[in-house]
Amino acid sequence: MEEKELPYVLTDTIGGPHGVYLEHMEFMKKYFNLVAMKEFPENQKYLGEKIKAIYIWWQKPAVNRELLQSLPNLKIIANFGAGVDHLDLKLISSFGVKVTNTPLAVSNATADLGMALMLASSRRLVEGCQITVSPDTEQFAADWLGEDVTGATLGIIGMGRIGYKVAKRAKAFDMKILYHNRNRRKEEEEQAVGACFCEKMEDLLQQSDFVMLVVNLTPQTHKLIGKRELELMKPTATLINICRGPVIDQDALVEALQNKVIKAAALDVTYPEPLPRDHPLLKLKNIIITPHIGTATKQARWLMMKSIVENIFSALNGLPIPNEVFP
Amino acid sequence: MGDQELPGVLILGVGGVEGVLENHVGLLKKNFHLITMKEFLENKKELSEKIKSIFIFECRPTIDRGLLESLPNLKVIANSGVGVDHLDLKLISTFGVKVTNTPQAVSDSTADTGMALMLASARRLVEGCQIAVAPDTEHFAVDWLGVEVTGATLGIIGMGSIGYKVAKRAKAFDMKILYHNRNRRKEEEEQAVGAIYCKKMEDLLQQSDFVMLVVNLTPQTHKLIGKRELELMKPTATLINISRGAVVDQDALVEALQNKVIRAAALDVTYPEPLPRNHSLLKLKNIIITPHIGTATVQATYMMTEEAITNMLAVLNGLPIPSEVCLK
Repeated sequence: MEEKELPYVLTDTIGGPHGVYLEHMEFMKKYFNLVAMKEFPENQKYLGEKIKAIYIWWQKPAVNRELLQSLPNLKIIANFGAGVDHLDLKLISSFGVKVTNTPLAVSNATADLGMALMLASSRRLVEGCQITVSPDTEQFAADWLGEDVTGATLGIIGMGRIGYKVAKRAKAFDMKILYHNRNRRKEEEEQAVGACFCEKMEDLLQQSDFVMLVVNLTPQTHKLIGKRELELMKPTATLINICRGPVIDQDALVEALQNKVIKAAALDVTYPEPLPRDHPLLKLKNIIITPHIGTATKQARWLMMKSIVENIFSALNGLPIPNEVFP
Repeated sequence: MGDQELPGVLILGVGGVEGVLENHVGLLKKNFHLITMKEFLENKKELSEKIKSIFIFECRPTIDRGLLESLPNLKVIANSGVGVDHLDLKLISTFGVKVTNTPQAVSDSTADTGMALMLASARRLVEGCQIAVAPDTEHFAVDWLGVEVTGATLGIIGMGSIGYKVAKRAKAFDMKILYHNRNRRKEEEEQAVGAIYCKKMEDLLQQSDFVMLVVNLTPQTHKLIGKRELELMKPTATLINISRGAVVDQDALVEALQNKVIRAAALDVTYPEPLPRNHSLLKLKNIIITPHIGTATVQATYMMTEEAITNMLAVLNGLPIPSEVCLK
């Protein structure tokens, strides 16, 4: 039967509030047979040999030595999303298995969310919406003000694909753009978005009205922003995080926000997600937190799925792999 | 006293929820003898002849025939903000008084507000913030999605200074930009922001994913968007209003949102402001409303006062007036 010839791909869950989207299944069915983890232990022997790829969806399934050992024909682990900090790249590589991510598919939606958070925070949008519907509201106060985004200084830490798209958008708001990155971008790229390189992150922190974090989470970027960095920021500055929670020392952030060391924060990511319901970050007035929605659009998720299909197809057919991630 | 030789400017008051912002008073006092409404009412005899200008902040003080009649030397009413729909221009002109507004000072902040509302609505930001803090949130559902702004089609109705700045910002999001305006813009201006003119508003309504209203409120634009226009919009489209509440037929909007004729709305303006606490718009899930904060920034409000002062001084000194509002 033709169906048996399509490769088997393992994923965590299919359907429901946490699973691979049923709307995506029709497209994927043309390329492979998707098998959910719950089917796996029952048919371990049979399926174990057939599974050539794992489709990682929301950091699941957890890829450990045991799983890797039970899949002798595994060729590729395809991650849904750009961040692969949840994967032990060295371990996986020791089994001769490739890893891919979906950096292009996430970039527009994530850059858009960075801009949305910066505007919402600066203009006090969430607070404003609460005032509009509050039963006690009788009048709109004339002395209730936010701050302009237009003309302010944005410091982008991490100028990869997403960071660069943020810069492009911010330029249209006549923002002054500073950036800090492992490597400096080419001059034409800098000029196209009017971005000034800050070799020292400290310089960027001291001059920015908005600091936006757009780095990968690696051992080097873990707690990149701590007490010292927050104190270097202007007391009128806002910290925006659209990459990974652990890039910020959360305890230091709580303290900085409580003591008005910085003006405000806007986070799409925390650790863990969600935060425990009694976490101090949830009680502060000068913070907005969104539930990790950087890529939460129909279009972005569709593109991410297609990218996964392309990555898996290429790996299994000996073609150049578009988005391989190396340890 | 030197202060008395400066022309008098009438304001409602200083500070609090409706007065001129305290840190703008210095700007006014540099060039004017500042007279509050309370002071004027207590001393009409002496002060009425000194008042040469009125500085309107947050639509106050209210200008009526009685006030105009009591100010024989009034030359100019300077509005803080660009919209003057709260002023009876005909009445004021019969007294030979000029009216000015502040189009420059408002444009960036208002354009930013339009973008903020579009992004917040599309990405369900306010709802998301509620989920992040809700006591019953245990997991973030992965099938919870918004719609993309990048690459979508934005239809701008009203392509004046503010509308044009919206277009410039939207272009950076690779949006396809359509616009409808009384007059078509020059080709170079269109090309600079990649905007395509729609002579018929219907064409814009039918093709847009986001419709943003950026017109003045005039008799012609009153209820510009009603039942018919909402039905012409895509069922997946979002209506954004950063102009004046009365440009939208609110009852028609309530119905359209309830019946999912359009996907959502994001309003910075309504009529009245604020809405009555039991108004249907406040109960809908597919709407976000901000409390008329289009120019509510430290920077914009300061620039508005500066621009108003420049206008007042120009009138009083017989110089060309930067932004006079003329009767059409």
